[in-house]
Amino acid sequence: MGKKDQPESEMLKGTLDMMILRTLVGGGAHGHTIAKVIERTSEDVLEVEQGSLYPALHRLEDRKWVSSYWGPSENNRKAKFYRLTAEGRKQLVRETSRWRQMARAIGLVMGEEGGAQ
Amino acid sequence: MSWLRFFHRKRSDAELQAEIDSFLADETAENVARGMPPDEAHRQARLKLGNRQKVRESLWMQNSPQLLSSIVRDLKYALRTLSRTPAFSLIAVVVMALCMGAATSLFTIVRSVLLRPLPFRDPGKLVRVHEHYSAPKMNVDGFNYNVVAPADFYDWQSKTNGFEDMAIMRYSGYNLSGERGELPETVRAAASSWNLFPLLGVQPAYGRTFAESEERHGSTVVMITWSVFQRRFAGDPALVGRQIHLDGRPFTVVGILPASFTYPDAGIQLWVPYKADASPEMLQHHDWHQSQVIARLRPDVSLASAIAQVSAVQYQEHLRYPRDPVADDVAPRSLNDALASDVKKPLQIMMAAVGCMLLIGCLNVANLLVARGAARQKEVAIRSALGAQRARLIREQLTESVIICAAGGLSGALLSILATQVLARTWKDLPSAQDIHLDGAVIAFACMLMFASALIAGLIPALATTGKSMMTALQTSARTGSSSVSRTALRKSLLIAEIGMTVVLLVAAGLLLKSFLRLHAADVGCITRNTLTLEFSLPGKQYDTPEKVNAFFEGILQRVRGIPGVQAAALGNDLPAAGYWGDDVFSVKERAPIPAGEDIPEGLIRWADPGYFSALGIPLVEGRLFTSDERAARSYKVIVSQGLVRKYFSGDNPIGKHMHVPAHAHAGAPDNVDYEIVGVVGDTLYQVGEQARPTMYFPLFEGDDHGEVLAVRTATDPLQFSVPVQKQFASLDPELPVSNVRTMNELIGESLINASLSMRLVAAFAVLSLLLAAVGLYGVLSYLTTQRTTELGIRMALGAQRDQLLRTMLLDGLRPALLGLGVGLALSVVTTRVFQSMLFGTRPLDPAVLAGVIATLLAVAILACLAPAWRASRLDPMKALRSE
Repeated sequence: MGKKDQPESEMLKGTLDMMILRTLVGGGAHGHTIAKVIERTSEDVLEVEQGSLYPALHRLEDRKWVSSYWGPSENNRKAKFYRLTAEGRKQLVRETSRWRQMARAIGLVMGEEGGAQ
Repeated sequence: MSWLRFFHRKRSDAELQAEIDSFLADETAENVARGMPPDEAHRQARLKLGNRQKVRESLWMQNSPQLLSSIVRDLKYALRTLSRTPAFSLIAVVVMALCMGAATSLFTIVRSVLLRPLPFRDPGKLVRVHEHYSAPKMNVDGFNYNVVAPADFYDWQSKTNGFEDMAIMRYSGYNLSGERGELPETVRAAASSWNLFPLLGVQPAYGRTFAESEERHGSTVVMITWSVFQRRFAGDPALVGRQIHLDGRPFTVVGILPASFTYPDAGIQLWVPYKADASPEMLQHHDWHQSQVIARLRPDVSLASAIAQVSAVQYQEHLRYPRDPVADDVAPRSLNDALASDVKKPLQIMMAAVGCMLLIGCLNVANLLVARGAARQKEVAIRSALGAQRARLIREQLTESVIICAAGGLSGALLSILATQVLARTWKDLPSAQDIHLDGAVIAFACMLMFASALIAGLIPALATTGKSMMTALQTSARTGSSSVSRTALRKSLLIAEIGMTVVLLVAAGLLLKSFLRLHAADVGCITRNTLTLEFSLPGKQYDTPEKVNAFFEGILQRVRGIPGVQAAALGNDLPAAGYWGDDVFSVKERAPIPAGEDIPEGLIRWADPGYFSALGIPLVEGRLFTSDERAARSYKVIVSQGLVRKYFSGDNPIGKHMHVPAHAHAGAPDNVDYEIVGVVGDTLYQVGEQARPTMYFPLFEGDDHGEVLAVRTATDPLQFSVPVQKQFASLDPELPVSNVRTMNELIGESLINASLSMRLVAAFAVLSLLLAAVGLYGVLSYLTTQRTTELGIRMALGAQRDQLLRTMLLDGLRPALLGLGVGLALSVVTTRVFQSMLFGTRPLDPAVLAGVIATLLAVAILACLAPAWRASRLDPMKALRSE
């Protein structure tokens, strides 16, 4: 759905969790970085609402997909860092493959050549 | 998981705050780097974050389990609605408290009496074994668990191996002398085979139990129970090994039983070895039925096969002694059942009665809630129109009934602690009455009861109010005139159920009342007014010859008869209405012997002094009474009751005939003696409520003491004579204790106390239920009246007469009452049959009782309906029409 005419700031339900997990593959990050990375990589199409980012992070932590620790940020401030757990890695694989299927299916329906992305 | 989060909400929120702060700082720093002035940078960062409070809230919500927070909300809401109508809430809570308190109390008693395992090792493996007659005609009464003769027991023990062990015990009694100048007292005792305590797994608190070598005639060892140890010996463990005096003879205390040991009842004060006070020849008798046998099952043998072995042995005994009352079979029974055989039925009936009352209470609360539901109909309709789910609306209404029932249950539990104490104290012969108390199981029961009631009381109205489709709900609540016909129908059917159950309870209470009145009016066959009775037993050591015994009997009779105001005195081993005491078989010498297999004649056995019959007013029908010289020399005379003559002489003149009774009934008498019948006297009841039995009276002056009862007939209040009479005893033998000093009426009253208690309890439940039903009727009709105010106004405006309206409204209210009455009467036909055995001289469908119930119920129903109907007929039509 990324290739729509109008930038859609609202995200598809359930995709935020997946994208957070994806961002954390490269290593631990704190909330601000995670939001920035998602926004940059989506070429500023997706705008992460802080109102949903933090509840989502806490939810992922509850499900033991990410773990957290307090550490100094790049500006040397105290920040809460999130890190992918082994369980979270597996979850990311599951969600990614499901997402691919879904995106391809939607793409086929919409008549786009090749399906997804 | 979510619960954990719930408790960490605060910490989680604090963390989030810190995270947000760090986000703002990062974002601001980035903005500054982009070249924004610091103020603007900060503002943009905050804009980007959005509403900080909203982020916090959404996490807070995420951490609060949905259910919990909505339950809290429901509770708050229900509490608010309930406190808006305090009168309603109070009535409902009181109703539930009464019902649940009564139910919990009874359950407490039922549990400790019928359900709780006895405090023995592996109590599930213990059984009582009884002699049992297999003939169907012996089993019609449903009770055929006979006590066991020792000779039978010894055969069972030696010839079978199905049980791990078997022990035998019987009741006994002693005069306990004061060791340090205390008054002597009569104590109830038990004699048991040495292996009883190991078999039960009871360890003494101090000392030891009996040794096998101490199980012999003349053994002088004794174990005392905890209560007498505390009461009389100040709980001093040094008592073990010391001597106490029983019937004037020294006994060595070998052990103290623990406080938990109150088997078979708490009245037993001490234990002696089984053979200690029974002569060796007594133990040889197969017809000396005295004892209880307790057996422990082997782990690898089933009860049925163990019993089958014992049965086979017993059948051999039966064949060996065809002319003696030796049962042909045995039957097992649990220890609890044997202990509670007298109270099981009344307890079950009362449990059923209290269950009915609880259900009535629930229906009543449901009824009240339905009425409230009517007032909230509009609210419910609007809310469901706005999208409220039905489940949620039901839950809200259920919350209300849960609160009512919880409050009721809580106050009910408090109430029941009190009530249980009172009940356990008033109810005689409840086994293990001292162990009755609240415990985990009872509390669990009360909680279960609470939620079951809440569900019943809440679900009915909740389903009814929310059941309609949204449109109908909106429509009906928009109009007032003919609204909610279905709701009224629901309330009426609840009412019918309520009244039906009330009728059942009323019938039960009526029957028990009538039966009780019959019992009270029963003629025991002798004079009961102005009669003082007391019991004593002569210690065998001091009174060791018939002459000494007779001297005491004559001395005390003479002295008591000499007290001014005493009209007569009777001395014997038992009095009418004072109990069974014992029976024995006999044969008539002049008649052909009874063929083997036929019933052996038997009669209650009594000893009476020559003045016994005239003093008690028992009429002499034929022949003569004993003379005072029929005594130790043994003239071998017997007086029989009319009932015995009727049953066993079928028209023959009994006078001059000879009866043969087993020798063991008369200590020292040779076995070949026959007793000449010299007289026939009127029948007496051995217990009120039981049929008179054939009775044989032997001369008291045979010179043997069986534990005697003295009855003193006085001119005035008999209790005034209790001190003078006891003084005469003290002047004859200062060491001799007397016990159970009471009037004959008290004695009879005590034997009726259980009947009176069941009657009063069931009556109390019935009255309460009647009250509840009346409240229900009143409520429904009042509600109906308010519902129909407009309609009634229109009718009146159109010319309806007031008395006509009164009649219509009254009939409207009475219809459910009449229907309920019918349902209840039909139910009663079935239910009353259950407790037929508890009724004395009253048929289950007693017309007087039924008529009384119908009249009472109708009267109460009319009274309950009259007020709202009257109000309806007095309506001011103008006001009624304007009330919208």
